[in-house]
Amino acid sequence: MLDDLVIPLEEIQEHYENGCLIYRKGISIEKNKPICNRCGNKNKHFFAHFPCARCGEQCLYCRKCIMMGRISACTPLISWTGPPAQIDINRSQLSWNGSLSEGQQAASERVVQAINENKELLIWAVCGAGKTEVLFQGIDAALTAGKRVCLATPRTDVVLELTPRLKSVFPNIQVASLYGGSEDRHLNASLTITTTHQLLRFYQAFDTVILDEVDAFPYSVEESLQYAVHQARKQSSSMIYLTATPNEKWQTECLQGKKDFATIPARYHRHPLPMPHFQWCGNWEKGLKKNRLPPTIVQWVKKRLDSNKQCLLFIPKIDKMEKILPLIRSLHPKIEAVHAEDPNRKEKVIAMRNKEIPVLLTTTILERGVTFPNIDVAVLGAEDRIFTESALVQIAGRVGRSAQFPSGEITFFHYGKTNAMIRAKNQILKMNEEARKKGLIDY
Amino acid sequence: MIIEHCLVCFSEMMPQMGWTTLFSKEESSYMCTECYAKFEKIEGETCKSCGRPLVEIEPQFKAGNRCLDCIRWEEDHEWAGTLERNHSLVHYNDFAKEVIARFKYRGDYLLSYLFVPLIKKKLQLISFDAIVPIPLSEDRLYERGFNQSEAIILACGYQPNNLLTRIHSEKQSKKSRSERIHLSQVFQTKINIPNKKILLIDDIYTTGSTLRHAAKVLKEAGAQSITSLTIARG
Repeated sequence: MLDDLVIPLEEIQEHYENGCLIYRKGISIEKNKPICNRCGNKNKHFFAHFPCARCGEQCLYCRKCIMMGRISACTPLISWTGPPAQIDINRSQLSWNGSLSEGQQAASERVVQAINENKELLIWAVCGAGKTEVLFQGIDAALTAGKRVCLATPRTDVVLELTPRLKSVFPNIQVASLYGGSEDRHLNASLTITTTHQLLRFYQAFDTVILDEVDAFPYSVEESLQYAVHQARKQSSSMIYLTATPNEKWQTECLQGKKDFATIPARYHRHPLPMPHFQWCGNWEKGLKKNRLPPTIVQWVKKRLDSNKQCLLFIPKIDKMEKILPLIRSLHPKIEAVHAEDPNRKEKVIAMRNKEIPVLLTTTILERGVTFPNIDVAVLGAEDRIFTESALVQIAGRVGRSAQFPSGEITFFHYGKTNAMIRAKNQILKMNEEARKKGLIDY
Repeated sequence: MIIEHCLVCFSEMMPQMGWTTLFSKEESSYMCTECYAKFEKIEGETCKSCGRPLVEIEPQFKAGNRCLDCIRWEEDHEWAGTLERNHSLVHYNDFAKEVIARFKYRGDYLLSYLFVPLIKKKLQLISFDAIVPIPLSEDRLYERGFNQSEAIILACGYQPNNLLTRIHSEKQSKKSRSERIHLSQVFQTKINIPNKKILLIDDIYTTGSTLRHAAKVLKEAGAQSITSLTIARG
């Protein structure tokens, strides 16, 4: 977008005249319907007119991506089509002394191959497999070939976590870290780590795009983000998807051979994934109206409090969580609850990590990305539709992550089994079986 | 106009159809009840000059039904009586900050309709001959694409009366209170407006300096009285 550039207009025009960049319309009309060329929005509810002081007309603008600055009918989008910035890399830039597990190594080789051949590949790696390390050799191969690499994820906290890790293994490469409010916006780096939101700023810019947590919110439900990833790729480019929990459609496509994929079925510490245990707990919502918790839950929590084991308890909705908290606090006053809009969210997660909180109630926000070393996990109301197959697999994946404490219990308390619960359990079972067959589990 | 989606959060709104909605001329709502609830409406007794709720001011910072800030303005004979009264609709809380920033800086013009029902209600209590927006400098207008005060006036169905222009501009938000107040005049007007009752519109009242500078110029051009209405009170 023109307004985002710090380069003087004359210089931009000069590059244009030399054929080094192209202008595209911010909003174009297809079959009488407007489409935003930045975010791909076609929904008329997300368009509005305003009397524009620039073009002097009733100008159409897109409200869908307004938070990144207004794209209106008179806004040009600018992208570079000239020669890429000279990157002189011809030897390996990777400085990493770690070693890959057998499963990681096999996947890593597939990544390198896909990047060299500009292909698409899905890495289906269980929670705690060590996905990031699997990328190192592939990224190195891309950089050595002079390619511009992008590592994208839906979540800002993942960008913040990945940036220092990648900077330390590629110490001599310029790394740009992009998220809302980041300062690296104008950095033309060989390696860009970004939220999928920020990819809206790129048009045919990357030779290699690696997309972490494909199934995570909001990427999974936001068409504009999927559009952004598509737009950011060069026409000839490689695409690596990473996930622990591909959705049903992708799973089928993998099994039918329509999608190229590689699995890492075991964790790097070579212990099997903990299997979820189903426990019927009756109509807990009805009990809650009378301020009663299911006795099975009370017992479960008491047992952990007595043996001093920390635990996470997932609750489907915030209002239910608010009812449960005072009830469960009668067991221990330091029990806390956390949800997405909680202003003290970060502090509570840190307190949990410091073992200051014995039991943490949470919504699905802690379903992925967090590691607490030695915990048990339970889901109350696992039948709720918010707990999809992938959510449940991710939640189960919170248990036994560290090599020191590789086991732990995962219980789904439910009022009626759902397909999602059964599919989640089967997925974990299959991964463990595959890992055993391939000799990736020792215990 | 039937709005199907909340202007703020885009969630679908169920139109509350009933005999009352069919037969009354009540304004349709532009936001969902959840978003509406996140704005803290200014109610109860307020400072009779600036419209700040008196209950929120510590006793040592108010006297009678005025806040200390306004008393300071009124003691200064240069400023006394320039702005008769300011009305504000909501508190400038985090939510209001977010929404106003999206309206003004990101440029989501449609949000100018958000407060139309509340503004119209307030306007019934104010008598005025002309409704005047706070002008933007040329650069700022180009940058933003529209003037937020004008947008609000148009959304309410009035014709903005562009009596004021800006002399030169520096960003207000980068200055301290005293810097703002002691600033030389930033507005000018070329027309005489004898005995007119003027209503100024702006998005936020922070120190009141912008509105008072504007009011002073209008007063010098002959206006009888100047009142103001802002969405938020900082």
